Amino acid sequence: MSAPEFKYEITRGFLPGHRACAGCGQASAVRLIMETVGPQCIVANTTGCLEVFSTPYPESAWGVPWIHSLFENSSAVAAGIEAALKKQGKLDAVKVLAFGGDGATLDIGFGAISGMFERGHDVLYVCMDNEAYMNTGVQRSGSTPFAAATTTSPAGRRSFGEDRPKKDLPAIAAAHGIPYVATASMTLFADLRRKVKKAVGIRGPKYLQVHVPCPPGWGYDEKLTMEVGKLAVECGLYPLVEWEDGEVTRVRKIKKVPVEEYLKGQRRFRHLFRTEEGKGLLAKIQELADANIEKYGLVD
Amino acid sequence: MRKMIEGSRAVAEAVGLCRPDVISAYPITPQTHIVEDLSQMVADGDIDAEYVRVESEHSAASVCLGAVAAGSRAYSATTSQGLMLMVEVLYNIAGMRLPLVITGVNRALSAPLSIWNDHQDTMALRDTGWLQLYAENSQEVLDMHIQAYKISEDDRVLLPVMVCMDGYVLTHTYESVDMPTQEEVDAFLPGYDPLYRLDPDDPYTLGAFADPSLYQEMRYEIQRDALASKAVVKEVAADFKAAFGRWMGDVLDPYQCDDAETIFIGLGTVVGTLKEWVDVKRGQGEKVGALKLRCFRPFPLEELREALGNAKRVVVVEKAVGVGAYGIVAAEVRAALYGQASMPPVTCAMAGLGGRDITFETFEEMLKRAQAGESDLFAGMRAELLEAS
Amino acid sequence: MTATKKKRRKPPLGIVTRPGSSLRNKTGSWGILRPVFDWEKCTGCNTCETICPEGCIRHLEKKQYEADMEYCKGCGMCAEACPADAITMEEEHR
Repeated sequence: MSAPEFKYEITRGFLPGHRACAGCGQASAVRLIMETVGPQCIVANTTGCLEVFSTPYPESAWGVPWIHSLFENSSAVAAGIEAALKKQGKLDAVKVLAFGGDGATLDIGFGAISGMFERGHDVLYVCMDNEAYMNTGVQRSGSTPFAAATTTSPAGRRSFGEDRPKKDLPAIAAAHGIPYVATASMTLFADLRRKVKKAVGIRGPKYLQVHVPCPPGWGYDEKLTMEVGKLAVECGLYPLVEWEDGEVTRVRKIKKVPVEEYLKGQRRFRHLFRTEEGKGLLAKIQELADANIEKYGLVD
Repeated sequence: MRKMIEGSRAVAEAVGLCRPDVISAYPITPQTHIVEDLSQMVADGDIDAEYVRVESEHSAASVCLGAVAAGSRAYSATTSQGLMLMVEVLYNIAGMRLPLVITGVNRALSAPLSIWNDHQDTMALRDTGWLQLYAENSQEVLDMHIQAYKISEDDRVLLPVMVCMDGYVLTHTYESVDMPTQEEVDAFLPGYDPLYRLDPDDPYTLGAFADPSLYQEMRYEIQRDALASKAVVKEVAADFKAAFGRWMGDVLDPYQCDDAETIFIGLGTVVGTLKEWVDVKRGQGEKVGALKLRCFRPFPLEELREALGNAKRVVVVEKAVGVGAYGIVAAEVRAALYGQASMPPVTCAMAGLGGRDITFETFEEMLKRAQAGESDLFAGMRAELLEAS
Repeated sequence: MTATKKKRRKPPLGIVTRPGSSLRNKTGSWGILRPVFDWEKCTGCNTCETICPEGCIRHLEKKQYEADMEYCKGCGMCAEACPADAITMEEEHR
């Protein structure tokens, strides 16, 4: 069989040969985002999974201009790039993006992203939310969901895992009054594509938080990334919402499945299925999902 | 054009003449007048730059990093706590070989909180890969900024430069300065022409990580180029003299050192006081000299040895403390003299911490105690405070 | 990099990385499974090509999908996600 060789143009934005885990939700999401944005962009990336698996010198999976500085400052670096492009008169033609994981965005980079939002920079910030510090070995972040086990919030005789609810950064972003905020899931890729396209068409700060399942971190067979991600949305724990200028303008309706369907397939929630206390926690998690459904009107 | 202006104003105007594209600023005493003056200049259209009012110094430096990586000339200024907050970004900028100029206004470090002048802050940055120049007076500090961009953007350097300026002493005092014209500065300092930049038409990845098979060589190159940048510092100072007619030294500036038996070394504004005191001592028949250390990084090893060559005694006036060890500058001076044919005793005289005045009396005390054989001392102390504690 | 009148130095070591240089890293050697595409069952929805984390699935003709085994890590996402069950994962040690 002599089919023509596979060709990978750098205009795709994100190319093969990167070192992401097999079944990585982030890699899938980034590919889609870059193909939607196109090559006329500059990306500032935080330290984290994406940065590490895409740029071990001298290899780079990026086909667009890309810079990695530190852990908490991609929003500030992006702001600097934006200011420079503005001065050069290129901001109409070139989009500025910032990528960061949940740890980088919600925790250590919180001040910097808030400042970037508040100053109104024309930057699209995309948070890859796999709900823990995955690159360093699955430690909890402010985005780790209630009762999830991570290496710094493990389940044990005296602990049921993460005891705090997920920090709601999309609402915080919306409270800054920026033109566009959206949550998305890499598993609902048409929805993600639409949101990316919409975001790059708007001037000003935009925040896009993308749920990206992580096989080793969440503990599921890598082939099930799409299924796991869909269940997160369909049970109401990861509502897909859009805010414009601080107000909710659109939500994605769900069919509603019980949270157990989503949680039971992941090792990080396995401890909840083994004890009486776990049963009580599952009920609490269902309450969290129901609260989201109520708040955003996710079920008709 | 001659004007009688505040030191901060001299810096702001000099920076404006360098045509920065992006200025990022977070206020902190005593840097505030610089960023306020720049802000007014931008507001009035006297400077054509994007002014980014960042929410922290860490972001101030990060904004500069992004702007330079995208191919524009950038500027920021900070001091003390602000420098400490942006330390990892400073290492990052130098490590990524991005040209940049930041004014490091010198101020003491907390705790305890102090807004007054000493050198502890920039001394703590001596290993970051930033070049460091220390200014003696307002004329020098404004000239230094123009030179700094030229040094930093030189292909042989590609390292950021910090212009160190004594807080309050220089930022908040008025001196008569000769401000160059825009035409003069344009002729001396061309626009920034990046060797590499973030450009969709020619995309590159900057900031890839380096595993153990590469990191050491990258660090070696930084050290190699930092040492080689000494020649550029000297070259630019000479070019500046030819273009503007002013010279205040390149890496060093000796004052009455040729036949001096005792040489006092200082950095920054204390050198001005030193020179006056040296005149008094010379009038008394004492062979004292003052050696200004203008460029601290890279450290001018050969030039220092030559300048100190005939002295029988060296006193290093230090406005910082190498806590738990020795004086910072003094340790480097001692290392420079180690094994040389002439190894005069070097006394480390720490003084002026937290804004304590250094006066002729302080120098007298330093000289007397050095002559009595003390090698590391604190001068200008209030003994009654120590007795009480 | 700008190539102007004056000849300039090369960037310092490790500073600049070329775009797409990851292509030299053939991640296909990672996998022990390979996707087999049944072109008869395929509906042409393009899900597999869209979601592949490597981006190594293509179609030359409509409904004729194939994966580049130089980069395929054998994760199996394409097979699980295919709404027409047109992809199966077979064992293959590369």
